[in-house]
Amino acid sequence: MTDNLQLNAEGKLKHFLTIEGLSKALLTEILDTAESFAGMSEHQVKKVPLLRGKTIVNLFFENSTRTRTTFELAATRLSADVINMNIATSATSKGESLLDTIRNLEAMFVDMFVVRHALSGAAHFIAQQTAPHISVINAGDGQHAHPTQAMLDMFTIRQIKRDFSSLRVAIIGDILHSRVARSEIQALNTLGAAEVRVIAPKTLLPAHVESLGVNVSHNLTEGLKDIDVVMMLRLQKERMSSALLPSESEYFKCFGLTEEKLKIAKPDAIVMHPGPINRGVEIDSKVADGPQSVILKQVSNGIAVRMAVMAMAMQTAPAPGRFSGIHTIPGDRHAGSLPAGGIHTIPGDRHAGSLPANGIHTIPGDKSGVA
Amino acid sequence: MKIRIDHGRIIDPANDIDRVGSVYIKHGKIVSVTDEPDSFKPDIVINAENQIVCPGFIDLSTRLRDMGHSRKATFKSEVTAAAAAGITTLCLQPDTVPVIDTPAVVELIKELAEKAGYPQIYAVGALTQKLEGAELSSMLSLKQAGCIAVGNANQPVKNLLILRRAMEYAASHDLLLMFRSNDFWLGNNGCAHEGAVATRYGLPSIPEAAETIALAQCLELAELTGCRVHFGQLSCKRSVIKIHQAKKYGLKVSADVAIHQLHLTENDMRPFDSAYHVLPPLRTEDDKHYLRQGLAGSTINSICSDHQPHDLDAKLGAFPETEPGMSSLETLLPLMLKLVAQHAITLEQGIACLSANPARVLRLNSGALTPGFSADVCIFDPELEWQVNSENWKSQGVNTPFWGQTLKGRVTHTLQAGKIIHRL
Repeated sequence: MTDNLQLNAEGKLKHFLTIEGLSKALLTEILDTAESFAGMSEHQVKKVPLLRGKTIVNLFFENSTRTRTTFELAATRLSADVINMNIATSATSKGESLLDTIRNLEAMFVDMFVVRHALSGAAHFIAQQTAPHISVINAGDGQHAHPTQAMLDMFTIRQIKRDFSSLRVAIIGDILHSRVARSEIQALNTLGAAEVRVIAPKTLLPAHVESLGVNVSHNLTEGLKDIDVVMMLRLQKERMSSALLPSESEYFKCFGLTEEKLKIAKPDAIVMHPGPINRGVEIDSKVADGPQSVILKQVSNGIAVRMAVMAMAMQTAPAPGRFSGIHTIPGDRHAGSLPAGGIHTIPGDRHAGSLPANGIHTIPGDKSGVA
Repeated sequence: MKIRIDHGRIIDPANDIDRVGSVYIKHGKIVSVTDEPDSFKPDIVINAENQIVCPGFIDLSTRLRDMGHSRKATFKSEVTAAAAAGITTLCLQPDTVPVIDTPAVVELIKELAEKAGYPQIYAVGALTQKLEGAELSSMLSLKQAGCIAVGNANQPVKNLLILRRAMEYAASHDLLLMFRSNDFWLGNNGCAHEGAVATRYGLPSIPEAAETIALAQCLELAELTGCRVHFGQLSCKRSVIKIHQAKKYGLKVSADVAIHQLHLTENDMRPFDSAYHVLPPLRTEDDKHYLRQGLAGSTINSICSDHQPHDLDAKLGAFPETEPGMSSLETLLPLMLKLVAQHAITLEQGIACLSANPARVLRLNSGALTPGFSADVCIFDPELEWQVNSENWKSQGVNTPFWGQTLKGRVTHTLQAGKIIHRL
């Protein structure tokens, strides 16, 4: 069951739906591409014209703040036009089917859908049904996959730990309902992590979880031994009402990450969480805000990784490794003074003529243009 | 009208016949097999050379839609498909719209069946009103109107006391209960087998225990109430074991399996392809193996199509929101023959599972080429290959995972009560 749907005839990324079926080389390419975008955010001018003239629709059938915002920022920084559609309160509640919603948006000549949906397989379905020129990025489908979250976590891990091959990673919490966990496990295994361990009570683990390529522990104290990366998952409140857990306090007692328990892991272990965090339920505030926490770094990295995935899916990403960096110089409005060897302007760009052939074109404010 | 079918290999498991010869039909009844009756002058002669002549198939679980679901399929479209599949008798599950819980609906079904030119459709009456599992249906009235059995289709009877009462009442009127084992709570609105594949794809899943626990409860109640029970559409190993033990213990129960469960497993599911969305879900290789063994050893005595045609929209969506079920009348014979080719069962067993055995479950005088029986006959070419495509397909529902595949074995003639209802 390989998923070639995601790749075009040349084996390049066309849709980004799941980590499954993607090679280590491709995942590494995403990380490398993201790295070249990562510096950008700190500059005053935060734009490159890679997706100029492209229209991206954020199609959110489920509420989200962080993911939608970072996708929006990523698209804006690539100079795309972005439309946010919050379908949870729009078309489908009027009885319109998923397919009709897609057909209507297609008719508006969009180039990319970023989709979040409460049902597993929704992004696959849209990728199968949509017009061939449109790319689909999965921003989370049901309990299936959340591949950009996994890649931004891989990016964060690589930033700090450099190499995956010696890493032991623990994923703690509601694995059963977590699309994040499934994508993390696949990404870590593809990138060659030494061990992926899941730690949860049986009620929060799917059947045959070991078939995903993980070791299983039901005990946090035992499970944290020798761990380099601690990934906490959010515990939804409704898990209590559906008899999966007795109470938040008992969960915290058994599986909540405290400073004391974190000491069991390696001294240089990092703590991650896809957010939003439930302080005092799955994680103690002292840990969440502590020195080993990289939770906010994850959020920042989300933008660069999503930029990379979007640019790659639209086949406009510059080859990784070719970057002397996409440096936008703070305050500089003259692209001509930028170092050469960077990103090319897209054909048809009316400002392109004023740039050196190899120039990097930043578009301050999008319309003010380059002198 | 007199019909003679010549030169075919006649396989009639109920009468232990397997030889080349002729079948003689007069006034809609079988007159003789092999031996020519005196002064028999046929109006029609069918040459069945290199073909197999067997009793018409009896399908224990079918949906024809129509009425409130005519966008999915109609009696007209589906009986044409059934005839093309060699099926001469159908059991219609009660989850029609409206539900088969009053004699009026049974009458309506009879009328639609007559109009479609396919009278041998037997309604299964609802066990509980509106299939809600709360109040008993008027089972005696349903029986008198023509219902061949009662059942609750795929709907659960959550309260075991109500199930007990319903079974006692059914037993009082000597009604067969057709039971689909599925514990509502353990099923948990799942759409795939609880195993490695559902875990990988994050699909809400159904454990085997949802089936086996409901089955075990119903077996206990069968003993308590004396109700005759037929367990429909088994999907897993432990169900086969439980039925085997119950039969050994002496309980009067029977069971069937849907044809696709004998061929497909969770591993065959293409990612999020709704054609594979069925209930009970496709399970593991081990389960498939045991279902086949159960068939070979007669623990499971019938194969049904579990035909559920859908309109395109019903299958267009994210996997969990699509409607379950396959359109499976027309793949029934070739898939049965594939079991024979794979040495899972013998050809005689395969034919018995589609004719004599379901007839016994329903206590019908059919499913055999016995003189005096209604002339329900299927003639098929076991070697004829055909592609599943819109040219060959009759059902209005094209929701089959076998679409586009080339299958072996095709029905050339179907006779229902001596009337030729299908000719290739």
